Amino acid sequence: MNTLSVDHLLGIKYLKEADLQLIFETADHFKEVINRPIKKVPSLRDVTIANLFFENSTRTKLSFELAEKRLSADILNFSAAQSSVKKGETLIDTVNNILAMKVDMVVMRHPNPGAAEFLSKNVDAIVVNAGDGTHEHPTQALLDAYSIRERFGEVAGKRIVIVGDILHSRVALSNIFALNMLGAEVKVCGPKSLLPKHIESLGVTIEPDLKKALSWCDAANMLRVQNERMDKSYFPSIREYTQLYGLTLPLLKSLRKEITILHPGPMNRGVEISSDVADSEHAIILDQVENGVAIRMAVIYLLAAKLIKPQ
Amino acid sequence: MQPKLLLNAHQIDILLHRLACQLIENHRDFSNAVLIGLQPRGIYLLDRLTECLAQDYDREALTIGKLDITFFRDDFRRSDKPHAASSTEMNIPIEGKDIVFVDDVLYTGRSIRAALTAIESYGRPKTVELLTLIDRRFSRDLPIQPDYVGRQVDALQNDKVTVEWKATHDTDAVYLLKDIL
Repeated sequence: MNTLSVDHLLGIKYLKEADLQLIFETADHFKEVINRPIKKVPSLRDVTIANLFFENSTRTKLSFELAEKRLSADILNFSAAQSSVKKGETLIDTVNNILAMKVDMVVMRHPNPGAAEFLSKNVDAIVVNAGDGTHEHPTQALLDAYSIRERFGEVAGKRIVIVGDILHSRVALSNIFALNMLGAEVKVCGPKSLLPKHIESLGVTIEPDLKKALSWCDAANMLRVQNERMDKSYFPSIREYTQLYGLTLPLLKSLRKEITILHPGPMNRGVEISSDVADSEHAIILDQVENGVAIRMAVIYLLAAKLIKPQ
Repeated sequence: MQPKLLLNAHQIDILLHRLACQLIENHRDFSNAVLIGLQPRGIYLLDRLTECLAQDYDREALTIGKLDITFFRDDFRRSDKPHAASSTEMNIPIEGKDIVFVDDVLYTGRSIRAALTAIESYGRPKTVELLTLIDRRFSRDLPIQPDYVGRQVDALQNDKVTVEWKATHDTDAVYLLKDIL
């Protein structure tokens, strides 16, 4: 199979396992490309992509922008902070105005869950979801799974624990879908107040004890506590959270086995992960960032192949 | 219609030896030469050429690479079939080198155009030459000609020339398939 089964990347749950494998294989080639002396290919030189960020982002925005530039696409950057959204324009109007400038593809981050799917049904462009509220963040899950595949050779059969604020995390949801689809075993670990009800129905198990979870796993994905999405207090104090769910080097050494540490960023050093762990050889956090560019190149390349042929 | 056999294993063997000798004529000990097989099919010809150069002509320490041109093609979004990329192995410096592209069939010249763009990503070679086993003459879309040719073939646009190697098939052979496209 050489094409994706979908026309937009809205979430992992809309993909099939073969799509994930195709994205990974394509990303392998792009990873080689971005390590060349000249890190650019001309494939998308007649494609224009708009990056619409209705919510703050550093890593994802830069990563998408770089991926698009490496593919030679023309790009438009849009941040809601300095735009007419503040003047009361609707999402569809904003996007249609941008599309009127002949844009082929839209990469969008939005604070509302479902915004990407809504957009894909209402505008005439390929939509890539760069995070929609607490719903999905498919490219992050793809790059996490790709980094695990790179570290272990394959994802199937591996034991992965996702630690932290599962309730507010789109990364957690997309990761669960992707890892399950690829045949990994997934546990979630965190304070009960930050685990969604019925999370087991997604095919994961809950382990409230961090040490037990870490002793069980091959790799741990440490999530950030998303204070900006919290409308009330979910745990007594940051200090207590760190004591129970923060990953420290002494804890890692007490496991008597090697595990791999992932973090989607931005890290709160000293909260969910201590500095010495983040900078240790167990952490593949910077590999994840590099792989992010390759994964996003693969996604954009494979979706662009679905654009209408030039006349 | 039955495919027509253009070259059998014995004829291909003779051609490989001639091509090897022609390369030696121009590149002597290959100290500044880099042979680059174009993915996906050029690499089989490259394997056979290097095998022939090593076994029969004592040219053993050859510098070789494998280049995939998928992302440099000019028909992205234009051809009906999506292209699958192959691996690239270019862990070699090419700055100031004499490059020889190796591919099995030269047809429109568009793959070679893409390869010329792709190789720029790795540096500035001194010279670039082209070696092909089959040259489908009179069918070029671009002003590109090979420097080393196994056999020239006259084939119509609807025809297809396929090269089979014993690495992937039972034996070496080149076939002409009429009116299939």
